[in-house]
Amino acid sequence: MSTASVPLPAWINYGVIPLINLILAFFFSGLVVWLIGENPFEALKYLVIGALGRGEGIGFTLFYTTSFIFTGLSVAVAIHAGLFNIGSEGQAYLGGLGAALVALSLDHYVPWYVTMPFAVIGAALFGAACAAIPAWLQAYRGSHIVITTIMFNFIVSSLMNYLLVRVLIVPKAMAPESRTFLEGGQMPKLDWLISMFGGKLGAAPLNFSFLIALVMCYLVWLLIWRTKLGYEMRTLGHSPTAAGYAGMSYKKIVMITMLISGGLAGMMALNPVMGASARLQIEFVGGAGFVGIAVSLMGRNHPAGIVLSALLFGILYQGGAELSFDMPAITRDMIVVIQGMVILFAGALEYMLRPAIVRAYQQITGK
Amino acid sequence: MSLDTQNEPAIELVGIDKTFGTVHANKNINLTVAKGSIHGIIGENGAGKSTLMSILYGFYQADHGEIRISGKPVSIRDSQTAISSGIGMVHQHFMLVENFTVLENVMLGAEGGQLLRKGVASARKELKRLEDDYGLEVDPDAVIEELPVGNQQRVEILKALYRGAEILILDEPTGVLTPAEADHLFKVLRVLRDQGKTIILITHKLREIMAITDTVSVMRRGEMVATRKTSETTVEELAELMVGRRVLLRVEKGEANPGKVLLSVKNLTVKDSRGVTMVDDVSFDVRAGEIVGIAGVAGNGQSELLEAIAGIRKPTSGEILIDGKPIAGADPAALRELGLAHIPEDRHHMGLVLKFEEYENSILGYHRDARYGRGAMLNLDGIRKSAEEQIAKYDIRPPNPRLKTANFSGGNQQKIVVAREIERDPTVLIIGQPTRGVDIGAIEFIHKRIIEMRDAGKAVLLVSVELDEIRSLSDRILVMFAGKVVGEKSGEAGEQTLGLMMAGIAA
Ligand SMILES: Nc1ncnc2c1ncn2[C@@H]1O[C@H](COP(=O)(O)OP(=O)(O)OP(=O)(O)O)[C@@H](O)[C@H]1O
Ligand SMILES: [Mg+2]
Repeated sequence: MSTASVPLPAWINYGVIPLINLILAFFFSGLVVWLIGENPFEALKYLVIGALGRGEGIGFTLFYTTSFIFTGLSVAVAIHAGLFNIGSEGQAYLGGLGAALVALSLDHYVPWYVTMPFAVIGAALFGAACAAIPAWLQAYRGSHIVITTIMFNFIVSSLMNYLLVRVLIVPKAMAPESRTFLEGGQMPKLDWLISMFGGKLGAAPLNFSFLIALVMCYLVWLLIWRTKLGYEMRTLGHSPTAAGYAGMSYKKIVMITMLISGGLAGMMALNPVMGASARLQIEFVGGAGFVGIAVSLMGRNHPAGIVLSALLFGILYQGGAELSFDMPAITRDMIVVIQGMVILFAGALEYMLRPAIVRAYQQITGK
Repeated sequence: MSLDTQNEPAIELVGIDKTFGTVHANKNINLTVAKGSIHGIIGENGAGKSTLMSILYGFYQADHGEIRISGKPVSIRDSQTAISSGIGMVHQHFMLVENFTVLENVMLGAEGGQLLRKGVASARKELKRLEDDYGLEVDPDAVIEELPVGNQQRVEILKALYRGAEILILDEPTGVLTPAEADHLFKVLRVLRDQGKTIILITHKLREIMAITDTVSVMRRGEMVATRKTSETTVEELAELMVGRRVLLRVEKGEANPGKVLLSVKNLTVKDSRGVTMVDDVSFDVRAGEIVGIAGVAGNGQSELLEAIAGIRKPTSGEILIDGKPIAGADPAALRELGLAHIPEDRHHMGLVLKFEEYENSILGYHRDARYGRGAMLNLDGIRKSAEEQIAKYDIRPPNPRLKTANFSGGNQQKIVVAREIERDPTVLIIGQPTRGVDIGAIEFIHKRIIEMRDAGKAVLLVSVELDEIRSLSDRILVMFAGKVVGEKSGEAGEQTLGLMMAGIAA
């Protein structure tokens, strides 16, 4: 209680505390690795080299990062208006349908850069549509957005199952997936970006969506801190009564916020669907929507923080995959444990160490 | 200290120093409070009174200095240690769990064991005893957010007493009370003192200082500038010590010059969320160039009336007209465009977003205005500049538009709201408790602004539980009781008459 009100300088709040949390997470992960009889330092080495060692590793890392930026932004936008959107997973999944429909209908006729803007819009529209019903229920009927967005994850999952198995599947094919898009329906790879730093992208799926994600970071920052709508969202997020006093429409803000949030989640689909596999596959989101919650929390709901924490999770995903390859004792599930540690310490227990750090800071500065 | 205190000191503060960033809130403060006395602390907004008390209560740590309780040096690291040292605090801004009952709030942190049931039973008994002993009546099973502010405060006091406080700190306790309630509180405080408890009372109302304290200390800009025996000082001297200049303690205003009706309320009925009628068939007009005051004990429908006029609460029936135009169904944003400005009673929940920086609050409700940015964008430079102008004009301290609003002192927060609403030059101004928690210098200033608004031909509707304020500002006074306007008096009406009407006794 007494330390919560003590202000700390920004470099401690946004630098030292997250760093210490991260070190703790790695320490406990190391402990787990050591317990199953492997050398934690070796493991860390494999993880880092796997994620950042070669151009291809970096390409994979940034590919994952791209997805997490989109979903992280999606969660953050909603949080600023006081809404907890757990549905980014489903919104991204439905966004994939939007992107795929655009790609399937245009790829025969036009080059990728003509398809691209329509695909962005398509993905965003479908993602937003998926968020629209929970938003409406919250705004007009008072059902809780957390519950309804979770339910929509299941609804979308079943819907996509049906569509892929019955409708979009290539006739006579075994796998429930759409046909492969032609070049006009694909996002180009970013070989040049990696070669700028002297690396080789190789088979890594890093693609143009990465740049779209960065643009979205800027736009979200602009929205939240530089627009009238963002001001209204933040007012509502901090104090619904003050928003009412100021004449801001609760219903309108909830609807718009959730549509934007869903749209950002939907855009995540561009990355795997049009950038990596060039087709719509079953369960392609693979949990990125849920990772987005951790990414947003860790990044303090700020686009700059989200880029950094998305990168961290990108490294964990890619490095983790390499690690389980190099150290068979460390299975895929172990990687999930390590990721869980990061979420636990950097996200959920974010403030655990704050009182101690405040005391230390007060002693050092002699206050 | 030159004062001969016959009792041993309950509290000694020695050389207390505290800075927040660039703000030096407490400068080398020395203070001795005698056991079994009521000690007043006064000072302008931002003088550092709440900070000093927060240090005593363990919310903040002093940068330097020592605290002694009954002669023994103690280190109060958090409110837990403060409580166990026998210190209780009634905060300026209540610290209650809004959706808990009275009983639950009183017990919070003092549940007594792992199982609730036993604790609840004994707490209920103890609460009853405290209520009987001190006349602090509240329904133990009422939910806090449904209680009027006056009752919420009683819960705060009960909470401290329940924890066996020997030293009770009250930070502006009467800001939310009616004169009658305040009198009642003072009775309670005297009983407590006579039983040997020590009381520190922070207030902006010098009349209260004179009425109840034994000793009074004055703070100015972080320093303790004087301590006096109450019996040996005067209101004028204290005012001058506080502000550093002579203060006009009376409102000066000329004759009103009422013009056409700008605000008209016709047969207005408002129900609250539980369906209870709060405003019952109320009708009145406010003309250009006059101030109409609404007097009444808190909780008699004034708040709901204001909220209905401001468009925040939907009336059940009746009509409201601004400049002859019916405004049924208009939201607060549309009403602002029609020239209605609203200084809400509750600055913390309505008037301000405490987590915003000051400049962000300086546009709350007016952020869609073209002055603050074209199209969808906000023009931050322009907003900060206009915020700086308001800060300068209203002497908001510290003069920093980038400071988080929660870190301004209570009175300065109020000035932020007043500045924002008055600077818009509205045609109709509705005001709830304009000077709650505001120091005498600032009250003088705000009252002048309100009268200026009147003289500029605006219609002003003023709701206040401060009878003095209503009487000195209003040209006409309406008295509300149980949701109805029970009478109308001229601005010169006597306190006695109004007091009886407010109690629903004489109409
Ligand atoms: N947590 C904080 N961070 C920064 N500044 C603060 C903080 N708390 C208080 N201050 C500043 O310290 C000064 C003293 O504030 P304090 O609340 O003690 O004043 P006060 O005498 O209680 O005023 P009021 O009568 O208006 O309640 C003010 O300038 C205030 O802005
Ligand atoms: Mg104060």
